Amino acid sequence: MSEHLASMNRVLKEEKQPGQTILVRQPCDIDTCDALIIPGGESTTISRILVNSGMHDAIRQRMKQNNIALMGTCAGCVILAKELSDTKADVRLLQAMDMQVERNAFGRQKESFEKSVEIKGFTTPFNAVFIRAPCITKVWGSCEVLATVEKEIVMARQNNYLALSFHPELTDDLRIHRYFLEML
Amino acid sequence: MKELDITKLRHGTDLVKKGFAKMQKGGVIMDVTTAEQAKIAEKSGAVAVMALERVPADIRAHGGVARMADPTIIKEIINTVSIPVMAKARIGHFVEAQALEALGVDMIDESEVLTPADPFYHIDKRIFTIPFVCGCRNLGEASRRIWEGAAMIRTKGEAGTGNIIEAIRHQRMVTSMTRTLKTMEATRLKKVAEEYCQSYVTSFKTLTNQEVDEKTIVFGDSTYSTLKKEIYEVLKEIKGLQRLPVVNFAAGGIATPADAAIMMQLGSDGVFVGSGIFKSKNPEKRAKAIVEAVAHYDEPDKIAEVSKNLGDAMLGIEISTIPKEQLFQERGW
Repeated sequence: MSEHLASMNRVLKEEKQPGQTILVRQPCDIDTCDALIIPGGESTTISRILVNSGMHDAIRQRMKQNNIALMGTCAGCVILAKELSDTKADVRLLQAMDMQVERNAFGRQKESFEKSVEIKGFTTPFNAVFIRAPCITKVWGSCEVLATVEKEIVMARQNNYLALSFHPELTDDLRIHRYFLEML
Repeated sequence: MKELDITKLRHGTDLVKKGFAKMQKGGVIMDVTTAEQAKIAEKSGAVAVMALERVPADIRAHGGVARMADPTIIKEIINTVSIPVMAKARIGHFVEAQALEALGVDMIDESEVLTPADPFYHIDKRIFTIPFVCGCRNLGEASRRIWEGAAMIRTKGEAGTGNIIEAIRHQRMVTSMTRTLKTMEATRLKKVAEEYCQSYVTSFKTLTNQEVDEKTIVFGDSTYSTLKKEIYEVLKEIKGLQRLPVVNFAAGGIATPADAAIMMQLGSDGVFVGSGIFKSKNPEKRAKAIVEAVAHYDEPDKIAEVSKNLGDAMLGIEISTIPKEQLFQERGW
């Protein structure tokens, strides 16, 4: 979370935008936000925090009003999905995007990797860090694929929602945070 | 699992290893000895579990040589939960570490809770694909472990005692030394770096009866001159960041939600709970309470709320009653 905060603060500063970043912990924090980043970690843990704190319902409320932008990275990408390939998983989804996600699709930590990824609309590749990463197994409706790793979908966008299976906050490359800011 | 052309992927890089550790921040990692306990830990909101044969309190009680857990148990735990699974290897026992990596464990704890295997060296963690966490009592130990490739540091505390005093001591030691670095100029910082290198020098001298010069290989494939330069770089980074450059957890003696929260308030990024959960009366309730306490560590109302009616905590041991040679924290250097 602190890495996302630092990246977004740098973007705001560089773009001379007036925005402010906060860490959200409870439903009333959600009400003050125009955009929300759901970070990496374990999707089961994050889902539990969202549900138990009441933030899950608060976010769903804002989604209904169609006045919040969302970016999910790694576990956050899982949370944004409409469905999981593993239906037994103990994760409650926000169901923001028309996509199906497979958790830990690239394997365990031993198989975690870095790779240069071509992203639609970016002029040069992005060094993406995948940690026990999920992948987007399919998209439908107006959900658009923005990046793939050997045919596996790793980044997608639907209106003002953005999902990535990797961690842009772990590198100094701020282009994805800038892209998200421009979506507002 | 997706089949990818692995020749194009970069595995086990610094970013991938330290990045994994960062994903654990703000979380609780729980010791478990069975798949059933792992399930309880996962359900209670643990970010990861540490698979081992006996919890530290039992290792302390039973004595004998404590080793890496049986791979059957580890595999069972891996197959039961979807959160990361960590496991402990003995200090210096790089073959236990290789075996754990082969099993698919996500992170290795090179742990003083197990009986040390090598009297001279810790594991060269730089050459492994999966990340390591190591214990420390002070900034010297932390710097050496980071230089050796640890992606995460934790306080040693005194495991299996249910007594928080040693974890607090170690966290405060690291923090106060980090503060003193702030005003140190380069020459003084180099001196400190050289001091921190002395345990490698001592090991070399004991083994060979020879003096160390700049070109002497003192650890892995690193010369004394490289070691000094790189430990200095680690210290420079700590000085600039005013914190460790890797994720820093608390461990060793955490038994209650308030214990977990005090470590967070003292600057820990998260906590390991060993014996504290499954040695208590109501593990599930206590596990959930500690997870909540870590998430809301600076909200006293919340800490008070989650601390209610947890049943008995583990009994605990006063540190001064433990003979010095039985202190886990004295292991490693």
